[in-house]
Amino acid sequence: MSQQNADALDVERIRGEFPILEREFEGQRLVYLDNAATTQTPEVVVEAMSDYYRETNANVHRGIHQLSQEASICYEEAHDRVAEFVGASGGREELIFTKNTTESENLLAYAWGLRELGPGDEVVLTEMEHHASLVTWQQIAERTGATCRYIRITDDGRLDEEHARECITDETAIVSVVHVSNTLGTVNPVADLAALAHDHDALIFVDGAQAVPNRPVDVEAIDADFYAFSGHKMAGPTGIGCLYGKKHLLEDLDPFLYGGGMIRKVTFEESTWGDLPWKFEPGTPPIAEAVGLHAAVDYLEGIGMDRIREHEESLAAYAYERLDAEGDVDLYGPEPGPDRSGLVGFNLESVHAHDLASIMNDHAVAIRAGDHCTQPLHDRLGVAASARASFYIYNTREEVDALVEAIDSARQLFA
Amino acid sequence: MALGSDMYRQQILDHYKNPRNYGELEDPTFSHVGENPLCGDEIRMDVRLGEDEETIERVAFSGDGCAISQASASLLSVELEGKTVDELLAMDRDDIVDMLGVDISPMRIKCAVLAEKVAQDGAEIYRGELEAEKTTTED
Ligand SMILES: Cc1ncc(COP(=O)(O)O)c(C=O)c1O
Repeated sequence: MSQQNADALDVERIRGEFPILEREFEGQRLVYLDNAATTQTPEVVVEAMSDYYRETNANVHRGIHQLSQEASICYEEAHDRVAEFVGASGGREELIFTKNTTESENLLAYAWGLRELGPGDEVVLTEMEHHASLVTWQQIAERTGATCRYIRITDDGRLDEEHARECITDETAIVSVVHVSNTLGTVNPVADLAALAHDHDALIFVDGAQAVPNRPVDVEAIDADFYAFSGHKMAGPTGIGCLYGKKHLLEDLDPFLYGGGMIRKVTFEESTWGDLPWKFEPGTPPIAEAVGLHAAVDYLEGIGMDRIREHEESLAAYAYERLDAEGDVDLYGPEPGPDRSGLVGFNLESVHAHDLASIMNDHAVAIRAGDHCTQPLHDRLGVAASARASFYIYNTREEVDALVEAIDSARQLFA
Repeated sequence: MALGSDMYRQQILDHYKNPRNYGELEDPTFSHVGENPLCGDEIRMDVRLGEDEETIERVAFSGDGCAISQASASLLSVELEGKTVDELLAMDRDDIVDMLGVDISPMRIKCAVLAEKVAQDGAEIYRGELEAEKTTTED
């Protein structure tokens, strides 16, 4: 590692915290480069969850017994901790736990969109939206008579800012934009878009599934009205996601799902429980997962989000450079720099992305190939599928080299 | 889990790089198209039957996609000549895997069976037993 500096991550130590990275397939050590789909889980998170099940497990909000009290406190504190992590000063009242980013998106679209949208209203998205928001708004627009508009991307994979100013108008009811594209790696200027939306009295929802895991995010600095992300992409467990919302906006919204526990104030600390966020969390919530997510947030902050971003960016830049030097690899998204995250989408000209991923698998290199839930974006790029290598805190330059070697062998096989 | 495969053995690579019966027939008895949304594979199968309206005389395919789907279509086009429509309709995924001669990983089986499904749906439409515009492996 040539660019080692005092601030660099101690990757060796970090790798030791992820036992799964020791797995071998037919004698080859796993090279896990599918982190944009799901990150691996460190021991501290697994431990926090198993400790919870061993020592604290109970239902929340309802019981008077000691365990339920303890479980409730764990669960509530997880909200506060995660809210703090993304800069939500309102704490738990501004942070709803859901199943994942997709559910967060649906919660907002159903609770807000069905009530507020009507004919003549516009929902402004981008060509690089994930199906999680794109399909959801399409459906809600169809039911309400609203229209979806898409901000174009430029040929180098950035948002066309001029077109953004054309699309966002007084007709706009909400802007729904991905913070970091899961296909291009583009980091979008979400604060600028928020200002633009607010200039036109529109709201802005930001899909932060690919941003919160790998960079400092401050929802208030962005001035996002709503912001969503998933636990399983940030060293946390599956089964939990988050929707941040400004308190006055959430107070104004009706629930999306109905059931037990959502409006009753059955508490042990009666004065501290308001309606938020529980009115959006009916039924038994993901309690152990909340404990796990809390531990994941502590873990990531212990490493430092700035350092995580730098580590990822430097791996992505190295991967980009090496793949670019191959000559027959088409790379998608902006060139390495501050507006590009730690994932690299590409195609080897002579080999279909799915064949490439299969051959990589023979080398124990795990990458993703397909449409990455961005089919319209792939149409725009003029390809049916792409391959994607995505990095996290435990990845190394040697693993990028392994990726390139596997690509070389795929090329040879198909030559 | 064992590692994928020897999915890319010589036969598959050979049929992918040098597809047999690639193109379109001038006078197909029936012709059908299909896609595998997973990979974005697209295949058109043209079939010409003999005078008995049962025996497959000629097959051609066209389209593009991953090596597994294209090689499978090429192999099938060879395999089908001389068979009857009933025999085509009786084929299942095991026959395709046997024909390919390699283990197909679960995620890629849809690529492998696309051509077969397209040919079968084409035959059923020809017989008036099915109505479909396009075959898709996503169901
Ligand atoms: C940008 C983006 N949005 C939304 C999602 C959906 O996340 P989840 O599957 O956790 O709901 C993903 C993950 O694939 C993503 O990358």
